[in-house]
Amino acid sequence: MIALLLRDLKLAFRAGGGFGLGLAFFLIVTVLVPFSVGPQSSLLSTIAPGVLWLGALLACLLSLDRLLALDWEDGSLDLVATAPLPLEAVVSIKALAHWLTTGLPLVLAAPFLGVLLNLPVPGFFWLVISLLVGTPAMSVIGTFGAALTVGLKRGGLLLSLLVLPLYVPTLIFGAEVARRGATGMETQTPLLMLAGITAATIALLPFASAAVLRINLR
Amino acid sequence: MTLTVTDLAITRGGIPVLEGLNFSLQPGHALILRGPNGIGKTTLLRTLAGLQPALSGTIDGAEDQIAYASHSDGLKPTLTVVENLAFWASVFGTDDIQPALDAFALNELSDRHAGNLSAGQKRRLGLARMLVTGRPIWMLDEPTVSLDKDAVQMFADAVRAHLGQGGSALIATHIDLGLDGEIMDVGSNKAKPKPIDDFDGGFL
Repeated sequence: MIALLLRDLKLAFRAGGGFGLGLAFFLIVTVLVPFSVGPQSSLLSTIAPGVLWLGALLACLLSLDRLLALDWEDGSLDLVATAPLPLEAVVSIKALAHWLTTGLPLVLAAPFLGVLLNLPVPGFFWLVISLLVGTPAMSVIGTFGAALTVGLKRGGLLLSLLVLPLYVPTLIFGAEVARRGATGMETQTPLLMLAGITAATIALLPFASAAVLRINLR
Repeated sequence: MTLTVTDLAITRGGIPVLEGLNFSLQPGHALILRGPNGIGKTTLLRTLAGLQPALSGTIDGAEDQIAYASHSDGLKPTLTVVENLAFWASVFGTDDIQPALDAFALNELSDRHAGNLSAGQKRRLGLARMLVTGRPIWMLDEPTVSLDKDAVQMFADAVRAHLGQGGSALIATHIDLGLDGEIMDVGSNKAKPKPIDDFDGGFL
């Protein structure tokens, strides 16, 4: 399992692996927002938590279609399925590798992009915390979507359509934590809800992902 | 480890392709699978490897004793030859890849990225994977595609050495590998459409 994780990380960092694409997308989306809504700093600071959360979510979505599709195309998914690893572990490791190469960099970059949108000072801490708690759920849900659409030609768009509605609860509570934090309100309730969603997806979805992957490999 | 197949029927895309398959694969023996294109050789190998369920019949002999090689080699183009092989070795818990590199003459290519190998070299690397799995039953689907004469010989030697160590192999191939294995032509096991019974006949 460690071997699979290390291989996936190595593949992501090598040329053409796609590491940094999500990060660059996040940066560009954030930079474009002031162009579209105008440069008033009071307006920007109001919408900053929501925009940053939406940007992170879309950046996360961007790299999902490569998550299992590449392994499917070169045949290694079949070979991994016949290896002495449970598929539940394989999909969990895939989700972890996706989080480490996409989710975690987004969490670390978010405060810098917060400056661009004039995020209020108390908001920085809560933005990072909410993304840290919420992004693992996005990777796990995304892996489920990738397992559903693996083997489909042009599955990328279908994957987005399937996954985006599933991201809604995470987005609602995640952005709520960041928004409340930025305005100095109490954040405990949405943060606990967000953590609960993440814990539930991590506990349950790998089984669902492995089950659909088994069907799709037939 | 003996693999025994009893009255097996398999399907592809919901359509039965082969039925009434009975054979056993003893340690030290090779079974060469023959049959025209589309008859279901790949489907049979995938079913035995546990990648898809059988329609009926039984397969005895643990699934986790089987090393399967499909048409595609599962190589990562941005990893080197050694990294590709070492990955599979650690997945299967055998850490020595040197014998596999030697058997398929991959030593001088060891630092090359798999994406820069020729088709035949990739195939050799794919077959070297079988050696690092350390599993006794090999299932090979058209293993000699794009191999030259020397490489086919290398592959046949590797299979012979594997059989000599008490392993077994089930190989779907159209060429003569010079292995003294039993040949099984699955053409005669082609699934026949169900005969029309009285109820259907009356309806029609």
